[in-house]
Amino acid sequence: MSATTAVPLRGESPARRAVRRFLRHRLAVFGLLVILLFVLAAVAAPLLAPADPLATSWSAIRKAPSAAHWFGTDENGRDVLSRVLFGARASLLAGVVSVLVALLVGVPVGLLAGLAGGWTDTIVSRIADAMLSVPFLILAIALAAFLGPALENAMLAIAITASPVFVRLARGMAMEARATDWAEAARALGNPPWRLGLVHVLPNIVPPLLVQATLAIAEAIIAEASLSFLGLGQQPPAPSWGSMLNAAQRFLTGAPWLAIFPGLAIFLVVLAFNLVGDGLRDALDPRSDRG
Amino acid sequence: MGPWLLRRLGQVLPTLLILSVLIFGLQQLMPGDPALILAGEERGDPQVLAQIRAELRLDRPLPEQYLHWLGRVLVGDFGFSWRIREPVGALILAKLPVTFQLAGMAFAIALLIGVPMGVLSAVRRDRPLDWLANGIALFGISTPNFWLGIMLILLFSVELGWLPPSGYVPLTEDPLQSLATTIMPAFVLGNSIAGVLMRHTRAAMLTALSQDYVRTARAKGLPERVVVAKHALRNALIPVITLGTIEFGRLLAGAVLTEQIFTIPGFGKLIVDAVFNRDYPVVQGVVLATALIFVLLSLVADLLTMAVNPRLRTA
Repeated sequence: MSATTAVPLRGESPARRAVRRFLRHRLAVFGLLVILLFVLAAVAAPLLAPADPLATSWSAIRKAPSAAHWFGTDENGRDVLSRVLFGARASLLAGVVSVLVALLVGVPVGLLAGLAGGWTDTIVSRIADAMLSVPFLILAIALAAFLGPALENAMLAIAITASPVFVRLARGMAMEARATDWAEAARALGNPPWRLGLVHVLPNIVPPLLVQATLAIAEAIIAEASLSFLGLGQQPPAPSWGSMLNAAQRFLTGAPWLAIFPGLAIFLVVLAFNLVGDGLRDALDPRSDRG
Repeated sequence: MGPWLLRRLGQVLPTLLILSVLIFGLQQLMPGDPALILAGEERGDPQVLAQIRAELRLDRPLPEQYLHWLGRVLVGDFGFSWRIREPVGALILAKLPVTFQLAGMAFAIALLIGVPMGVLSAVRRDRPLDWLANGIALFGISTPNFWLGIMLILLFSVELGWLPPSGYVPLTEDPLQSLATTIMPAFVLGNSIAGVLMRHTRAAMLTALSQDYVRTARAKGLPERVVVAKHALRNALIPVITLGTIEFGRLLAGAVLTEQIFTIPGFGKLIVDAVFNRDYPVVQGVVLATALIFVLLSLVADLLTMAVNPRLRTA
């Protein structure tokens, strides 16, 4: 491995340099903190939530935010704060898992296409083009509609929809890498193509993939919220920010807090992933001149 | 130009063909038997089921079903809606003008916000104005469409009572009322791509401003305003036009939820209603139509790029 990593002039490893640059990016660090807070909320939801997110109470229907219910209660008397905390689970799970699946499918296929070339490449590229010619959300909605309404199906739909971006990225980087002198040298030394892809090309495309994956998580979280909003994701009564917003629409006049808090949660977590993605891009770009 | 167009079409056609296979394949993901859904009350009658299967050719092998479907799509026949018993093509055509009005207004709003903001932030790079513009762009990119829509309804309809919360009046019927019903959804949609346009404009302007011809223009003693507006911006707009055309296609996707929230009877509402009603031919038709529009738009984007950049025309 060490033979393939570029040796920096000043004796600082690229990873260390990226971390140092990232930490200097104050907004990105803020984004990372927000993400950690949401992860904490999702993991520790049973400990943090003041009430059972599913417990209805007919004596506390649509109560405004108060000391007892910080975010108020919903149309069934459920505690909104508890539902927002538990809702973080569906959102983060959908965002991270669907992008991971998209990576696991897209990157190998893209690498294969880029390294093999020829017909393999033509077919793979055309399929990716075809999928990319349908706007993200429309394809995700269509897939989720045909798969049937469930959180797992929404995640699968988002994963499938997100994968062609990674195919294209991995393919482009593999083709670029294949043409470089060091790849030529590795080939000349008798490395088989799979080894070339795995050991020589993959480490070089990790930085752009990391950036793209972070931004894709932001998009996937919005997509999950959108699908749940349409009733195609997490099924009620299980809490999800999207379906909470959908229910809130009917009570906008009397209970606006129902719409404010779940939406704010989506906004914050998406903003955080976007900030981290932008920060990573600046930190990992080897061409960047900012020290 | 001619050979170029032919080559470009040569790329587009296989893409569309693969797309047709994928869209047809969507049916196979369906958990249930479509004949059972269609039969409704009569699902217990095997004769009715057999008749529906024969009518839809569900009893034939898959490749044959696909070729039959493709043949009809090629002549503009997208099939019949299962719910409203109307041709899918006609349904889509009827809804398109509504969505195009919305998307057109949204695009105008996005350009009016995104391009000037991008120019200003490039000219004032790394200064407070640049940070502010970047902040607004990030806000636009991170706000979920449907949440912004709900918040606007809360502010302008529920609290202030200035605008109707939902509904749609066609432009031809009452232009003013039409604007009143579409301004909020158009802003919501426009906001989502204004940030993207701002980032593109900023990047293109920064590149343009570092070019030699800009330095020459400055050296000639031209006022900075002329250098920015005439020399840099004109060249910076080339990539913005291309990317902007593609972003217009993304507005169609954004319209899905926005129309749902503001109950605007457009293209987006059509697919959502179809999803709720399990009206699969309509879902397939809308996906296919969006893809066609998208492919057409990227063709237009290429043509526009060539039109504004003479050097590309000879290729």
